[in-house]
Amino acid sequence: MSILDAKVPAGPIERKWSEHKDHIRLVNPANKRSIDIIVVGTGLAGASAAASLAEMGYNVKSFCYQDSSRRAHSIAAQGGINAAKNYPNDGDSVYRLFYDTLKGGDYRSREANTWRLAEVSASIIDQCVAQGVPFARDYGGLLDNRSFGGAQVSRTFYARGQTGQQLLLGAYSALMRQVGKGKVKMYDRHEMLDLVVVEGKARGIIARNLVTGELERHGAHAVLLCTGGYGNVFFLSTNAMGSNVTAAWKAHKRGAYMANPCYTQIHPTCIPVSGDHQSKLTLMSESLRNDGRIWVPKKLEDAKAIQEGKKKGSDIAEDDRDYYLERRYPSFGNLVPRDVASRAAKERCDAGFGVNRTGEAVYLDFASAIERYGKMEANVHHVENPSPEKIRELGMKVVSEKYGNLFDMYENIVGENPYVHAMKIYPAVHYTMGGLWVDYNLQSTVPGMYVLGEANFSDHGANRLGASALMQGLADGYFILPYTIADYVASDIRTGPIKTDTAEFVEAEKSVRERIDKFFNTKGSEPVDHFHKRLGKVMWEKCGMARNAKGLQEGIEEIRKIRDDFWANVRVPGKPNELNQELEKAGRVADFLELGELMCKDALNRNESCGGHFREEYQTEEGEALRDDENFAYVAAWEWTGEPGKDVMHKEELKFEALKLSQRSYK
Amino acid sequence: MKLTLKIWRQAGPDAKGAMVDYPVSDVSEDMSFLEMLDVLNDKLVREGQQPIAFDHDCREGICGACSLFIDGRPHGPSRHITTCQLHMRKFKDGDVIHVEPWRAGAFPVIKDLVVDRGAFDRIQAAGGFVSVNTMGNLVDANAQPIPKLDSDKAFDAAACIGCGACVAACPNSSAMLFVAAKVSQYALLPQGRPEAKTRALNMVEQMDTEGFGNCTNIGACEIECPKDISLENIARLNREYLGAELSKE
Repeated sequence: MSILDAKVPAGPIERKWSEHKDHIRLVNPANKRSIDIIVVGTGLAGASAAASLAEMGYNVKSFCYQDSSRRAHSIAAQGGINAAKNYPNDGDSVYRLFYDTLKGGDYRSREANTWRLAEVSASIIDQCVAQGVPFARDYGGLLDNRSFGGAQVSRTFYARGQTGQQLLLGAYSALMRQVGKGKVKMYDRHEMLDLVVVEGKARGIIARNLVTGELERHGAHAVLLCTGGYGNVFFLSTNAMGSNVTAAWKAHKRGAYMANPCYTQIHPTCIPVSGDHQSKLTLMSESLRNDGRIWVPKKLEDAKAIQEGKKKGSDIAEDDRDYYLERRYPSFGNLVPRDVASRAAKERCDAGFGVNRTGEAVYLDFASAIERYGKMEANVHHVENPSPEKIRELGMKVVSEKYGNLFDMYENIVGENPYVHAMKIYPAVHYTMGGLWVDYNLQSTVPGMYVLGEANFSDHGANRLGASALMQGLADGYFILPYTIADYVASDIRTGPIKTDTAEFVEAEKSVRERIDKFFNTKGSEPVDHFHKRLGKVMWEKCGMARNAKGLQEGIEEIRKIRDDFWANVRVPGKPNELNQELEKAGRVADFLELGELMCKDALNRNESCGGHFREEYQTEEGEALRDDENFAYVAAWEWTGEPGKDVMHKEELKFEALKLSQRSYK
Repeated sequence: MKLTLKIWRQAGPDAKGAMVDYPVSDVSEDMSFLEMLDVLNDKLVREGQQPIAFDHDCREGICGACSLFIDGRPHGPSRHITTCQLHMRKFKDGDVIHVEPWRAGAFPVIKDLVVDRGAFDRIQAAGGFVSVNTMGNLVDANAQPIPKLDSDKAFDAAACIGCGACVAACPNSSAMLFVAAKVSQYALLPQGRPEAKTRALNMVEQMDTEGFGNCTNIGACEIECPKDISLENIARLNREYLGAELSKE
């Protein structure tokens, strides 16, 4: 084990970033033209980084597995993006955003990174507005804000329930502008299958053209991984079907450390599972918790009647409802952070109070919001003595304006009208705070390989607050990496183009090809999904919302069995040299089967509870996460040593200079 | 329920395709259409057959990847949703369902139900942006108020997911609604005005180069658009384009 150096600059926290920027090396415009950079992934981090680097003059090659760079999964983010603008004049500041984010992450993020994130947040909004992103505005034409979990101010900018879409299309438009200029060469329907390391430096990738099946070698002076999270290790998650860990995992095997892989975010407001055929879970934006009230029946017999279909939520009298978040956390109420809300829902459902057939759902109810807004509207429009029906009608209009697309989506999936019947929700895997380890410059332990956005580990600690993923993706891509990378590539201005006929490229391509052949040669009987579903079940039960040492040890054993079974019995039909979606899935699941074990190992190592990592052995009397700062205020960064399960841990000590560690409370 | 699927199979871009029958049983009404295809593919793989290739990703109606032409309609029988949001409760026992790829010259078939929509990216690259570089010192986002109505209309246009249903629905295979949505979003916002003329001219030129057909005001695109993008945007594009063409230097 070694202690990792995060290269955090010295000085007071509020000066670190600007001092650092002022003193890192620059590359002059003429020399930028001789530097090639590969960017893998075209979500918020990848698209914004690729566009910004190309604008600066670097030659960029951009890769995505989707048929168009516009489809990266950032597009599905609904609720919003945080920024310390303090437009509502409610006392927000860079410090408060920093404080909320660090506290929300249960003091397991790198303090200096979190501060920098808060510091550049305001610029992101300016940049997006300049690009023509249509954020929500008020009647005065100014930008509107709403509040999100874990904060007591309104600092979330949004574009109806499609904020991720609008921000991504903004970054995509900037990317396409550079594609049009020839500064970015776009490789869509391409999947990175290996990282090529030459003399200790990241110098390129092996990518598979998903249409022709050809393996391609691409050389560059630096490689950026902006490949998102690995939530699909659970099979069921809110991630896109194609979201995967492969690029990051291959980089891990080539020397990049994987940090805190067990930190997984289980989002409290998702549509519950409906059956075995389920392929993914759908998120209902956290913004709904602004107006929706979460409850279950107080009496077990009511819950039982609902589970059996004999009663409906509306049959339960007001006094017989348990608004458990408001009860347990009076000051934050329904707006507690995600990990807290998810665990509270699980606690009630485990106790038998769930409200669907399987007892794994709670209500998210808009009845009181509809009434409140209805009365307000009646006042605004001078409706004298409005009837309850009129109030409902007016209120529904307001709720529909705010959340209409989410309500429609819910109705399509569930087949029930959420304006009439309270929504049913349950937690689901949504985001992974863990990821590849990076230093302050976002450089991994492989020199020349940088990791941005959800794919890295640095900013959110053990739990990410709502509306902070979009902020981090764009902060990394627009405002951090374009500066920090210059310091590295400044040494490469005389290197010349990276040749791809060297032994390292040949070896990497050969290993990719051998693995593909192995899939076809297995000639088993079970499709890939069969193994993925089994893995997902183990991960959910043993390494999900609550974990314990025994379960994690069992989980590791079970994953090993599934992995062995996979390599003996998987069936991949078709050929390697064609569009072959089963082959694509096989490669991704094979990597998940190795990552899953590391996640359990990491969770087993961390003998404390923090944020989304809840170890049942470590909790307060009230059932809240109990940290152990003395022994676990560190980042666990795992090094691959040649075999799954044999990773070796390195530590980065977390030092807190600007904030004192304290027990997180939302009561 | 039991259904009969008639699905377009085509081994590759140059292969000859055909409709092939697949009986499916035990379809639950809670399944999405794509989950029903997952179950079918699972069966095909187990039987040693080639699974059906189709594009899909987010499965929550926003990425625009899914693209099935179901019973003669892009994204199937329901309005304002994508195929991935279509659930089997919209069908009944015994139904025969036809599933085809988008049909348009500018969207060549790659395999089975997968088509190449790269033309949309190239149209976007021709002018679908505001020429602003990444800068840390821009003017404050609230320095310029934008009337809520303009902003809302820009949003309505910006909601386009680039799925291509408009092209698939159009007898002329026109991409006017797609182009109009992008041109409108920027034309309605002050940030987009400085380049409004070149944008309209360049995007339309690229659209024509790609081989999309002309708009003859049929309106099928608006009806089939999963994001309810209005024909009003096409009127705005025509106005923008005409103004730009007439004042061209």
